[in-house]
Amino acid sequence: MKVHEYQAKELLASYGAPTPKHVVCKTPDEVAAAFDQLSNGGGAMVKAQIHAGGRGAGQLLGHSEKLGGVKFASNRDKAKSIAELMFKYPLKTKQNGPEGQKISTIIVQADAEPAKEYYVAMTLDRSNGLPLLMASAEGGMDIEEVAEKHPEKIFKIHVSPETGLLPYQAQKLAFDLGFGNDHIGPVVKVLTAISKLYFEKDASMVEVNPLAVTKKGEVVVLDAKVDFDDNAGFRHKDLAPLRDLTEENPTEIRAAAASLNYIQLDGTIGCLVNGAGLAMATMDMVNYYGKEFGIGPANFLDVGGGVTAENAVEAFRIILSDSKVKAIFVNVFGGIASCARIAEALVKAGREVGFKVPVVVRLEGNEVEKAREILNAVKDEIPAIKVAPTLTDAAKMVVELAK
Amino acid sequence: MSILIDKNTRVITQGITGSAGSFHTDKSAEYSPHSYVGGVTPKKGGTTWTGKESGKSLPVFNTVAEAVAKTGANASMIFVPAGGAADAIMEAADAGIKVIVCITEGIPVLDMAKAKRFLANKPGVRMVGPNCPGVITPGECKIGIMPGYIHTPVKPGSTGVGVLSRSGTLTYEAVFQLSQLGYGQTTCVGIGGDPIIGTNQIDCLKLFQEDPQTEAILMIGEIGGTAEEAAAEYVKKHVTKPVAAFIAGQTAPPGRRMGHAGAIISGGSGSAADKIKALEAAGIVVAKTPADLGTAVKEAIARKK
Repeated sequence: MKVHEYQAKELLASYGAPTPKHVVCKTPDEVAAAFDQLSNGGGAMVKAQIHAGGRGAGQLLGHSEKLGGVKFASNRDKAKSIAELMFKYPLKTKQNGPEGQKISTIIVQADAEPAKEYYVAMTLDRSNGLPLLMASAEGGMDIEEVAEKHPEKIFKIHVSPETGLLPYQAQKLAFDLGFGNDHIGPVVKVLTAISKLYFEKDASMVEVNPLAVTKKGEVVVLDAKVDFDDNAGFRHKDLAPLRDLTEENPTEIRAAAASLNYIQLDGTIGCLVNGAGLAMATMDMVNYYGKEFGIGPANFLDVGGGVTAENAVEAFRIILSDSKVKAIFVNVFGGIASCARIAEALVKAGREVGFKVPVVVRLEGNEVEKAREILNAVKDEIPAIKVAPTLTDAAKMVVELAK
Repeated sequence: MSILIDKNTRVITQGITGSAGSFHTDKSAEYSPHSYVGGVTPKKGGTTWTGKESGKSLPVFNTVAEAVAKTGANASMIFVPAGGAADAIMEAADAGIKVIVCITEGIPVLDMAKAKRFLANKPGVRMVGPNCPGVITPGECKIGIMPGYIHTPVKPGSTGVGVLSRSGTLTYEAVFQLSQLGYGQTTCVGIGGDPIIGTNQIDCLKLFQEDPQTEAILMIGEIGGTAEEAAAEYVKKHVTKPVAAFIAGQTAPPGRRMGHAGAIISGGSGSAADKIKALEAAGIVVAKTPADLGTAVKEAIARKK
């Protein structure tokens, strides 16, 4: 689960990290009032809250001038007019889709102009299964670029899940980054807060970018990003309210409610598969045979091991709710589950949902003969169902039908 | 021959009285009845579990230590719910279980990070999974949720293929194709789809390379992480047997979790294209589509001849 910048900074602040003051706003008037409160005779930052990164370099779609999601406002009126534009136009960044994301929350942040910027993040090192705290004095730069061109400029410390980040480790990292004696204390506070948040709330990533030393000489977390491990959600009920459903695809939310694992893509062939690996491989197969005709998968959908008639029906409803879908590819390998049960679910879905596009079915495994008989018996009643003899035949057939 | 498990393996199920644990113990005991010796569910110790299909009756114990002491079990199949599964892994390791197969999916990553550290101090213990279909040595022992009937034991004169995979149903697809081509399987290991797993690709490659009956290896990977790249490097240096592979997720969008928590492409690393390049550079035959898994093995064998 991703959260917004302001939520990430409030969490880090609760663990002792210094952050600039901010006020969360839902209207341009609130932004103006927050400006009065935080500008202190100078200006303040106006920052759009969406999950996608790259907000500063992004663009408000439909606005004629260059304006992204992060802007310094020198006075109250400017803050208000920037907010009006941000609430009006969706924000497109390099990390989100072509239609951008509607902005429903803005923060006004006390000005903390950075003199120097650093990058710090904690995430899992999959190569050894240990959390890794990494930092670089090349803040502001694209960290992936630093990792590629100057790997020696990224300092890394593995953190034991039993002890958490130890004080000496935090200090060492602060010294490695080149902080002066005056700044070691506050930097250690930030690093400790990152580690505590990571471990105590089961984060899968905590990123502070940039960690800044301001022109006034203060160490502050200027921007932060946190992603939580969904598997640990059961023990962090307090985090549930931080979820912003407007950031998520409504169809994906609906699918999750039916225990379906669904991700919308931009192709025209709907896929219904059992198992995550086979579901990915099925998309690949559609792409393999369809690419030359500009045909690709419309979705990833894993119905899981225990396919029931109910969730299969819902799966078809979800796939068909995508108006781009021109054909559906059902690829099921019945392992423990019986193919006959899946065939029955297909018939039920055909009767209840009504297939307005062709449905190519490839079944293999347990009780496949019985399944073919069931589907054969309804071939006049539900002509949309087309049974393919092999996986390759099915892929070619579904691509042909989607042309 | 085989790897990890064979006809002498003695298995207990942790979480045997839960619905999934009970169902799959029953199916597994139907396949290899001699393998199953007991189960563990705290506070249900002293009762007897009976499988509906297999008719097998097994004693239930409160703790793994007690189950090991009374039954001589050396392997465990874990169906404990996600919140307690990492603890179940550590309990099994502490009780002297040598092969721990964790089927449970959805375990918090930090719980697994702790369990992995715990296992580092238990030499000789092998954990497979979590979030995996399990391990099967066809005709000898099945620990997991895979359909037994699709597998083929290696018969005299037939070629034995070792299978290792991050995916469940895709493995069944592979095994089905291998069986159709007349290849037997020495052992099929579902290593699991999570970011932190016990036995990894390289561990399996090493075991298959050392197993005299395994003549070829099929590795099924997916996007996310760099384990396949590391495995390719290992094959280049240490594996003399023919190796074929497949990578699922060539069309997956970056940054999204494709069903398995481990299947996320992040920051340009972990993409299918990178993995396929690394595998091919190591002389591994990479199947173009999931319909070519069996034929890729055939080609890998032909190339080495």
